[in-house]
Amino acid sequence: MTTASTTSLLHGTVHEGDELPELSVDVTATTIVLGALASRDWRPMHHDKDFAIERNGTKDIFMNAPNQALWFERFVTDWTGPKGRLGRLRFRIRDSVFPGDTMTFAGTVEKVELDERDCGWAELALVLRVGDRVASECNARVAVPVREDDNPWDRHGGDWQP
Amino acid sequence: MSELPGEVQDWIGQVRYEETGEFDVERGYVFTSCASVENGNPLFWDDEVAAELTGGPIAPPTMISVWFRPHAWAPGRTKEALPLQVHFDLKEALGLPEAVMTGNEVVFGEPVRPGDRLCTHQVLRSVSDEKATKLGTGRFWVIDVEYANQRGELVGRETWTGFGYRRPT
Repeated sequence: MTTASTTSLLHGTVHEGDELPELSVDVTATTIVLGALASRDWRPMHHDKDFAIERNGTKDIFMNAPNQALWFERFVTDWTGPKGRLGRLRFRIRDSVFPGDTMTFAGTVEKVELDERDCGWAELALVLRVGDRVASECNARVAVPVREDDNPWDRHGGDWQP
Repeated sequence: MSELPGEVQDWIGQVRYEETGEFDVERGYVFTSCASVENGNPLFWDDEVAAELTGGPIAPPTMISVWFRPHAWAPGRTKEALPLQVHFDLKEALGLPEAVMTGNEVVFGEPVRPGDRLCTHQVLRSVSDEKATKLGTGRFWVIDVEYANQRGELVGRETWTGFGYRRPT
């Protein structure tokens, strides 16, 4: 599985309609439990299969929302490189992700813009699918450098308008 | 359609439940969280890259709510600590026994750094008129949760949309 390199995407190379490289992940019980505990989510439906079946009515333990957000962040910054700085993330969970599933992340650039402080932005429509099921939909706004010597992380106060 | 109780009207725009996190932001959770999603972003693993790009190590922005989830157990605690208390207050004040979250959006501000001790508060932004949905009849509400660091800088604002309702009888 590829991960982010130290090089970063430049704003001028991003265009509306561009697609992000897909990411596929085979989910195990460890994926679910590790993600829940890493996000300090102790609720039993994310680590106790009997509880998930009997109390939640699901077929197994399932991925928690904070860990899904972290997967979406990783998917976006694999594409941008380390200078990519998330400004905004909105997501809606439609269905659950279980052990044995293969998650596929996909995304499209919906809009590219420079704000009034010359910060370069890409607005992305992202989706997490399991087979034909849409498990989550997400919109992200991420800042990317406009030149090699630009760095969105240097922006503070009024220069950062997420 | 019933009127919104005066108590709930007073909550709109009011800063409530100001609290400080139970522990400092720390790198152990950053590493474990990155490992959980196999995130190799060098910002979180390579101190030289972090020094160059972000002036030192930072936490992944989407970890923001991690720093406020209560310990699974704490000495002297007698009842479960609930996140997003305003949501539960609304259910009780409006007599709506069921509730679901229908949306979440986070806007990220200053980076969160190991050693930070974050503060948070909740603000009720709006409560809708009563609406009938397939779940039942109830009201939608919007709650902002703001997070700041120990220097008073905004590190994030999370907006939750909830729907409290009664099931059809």
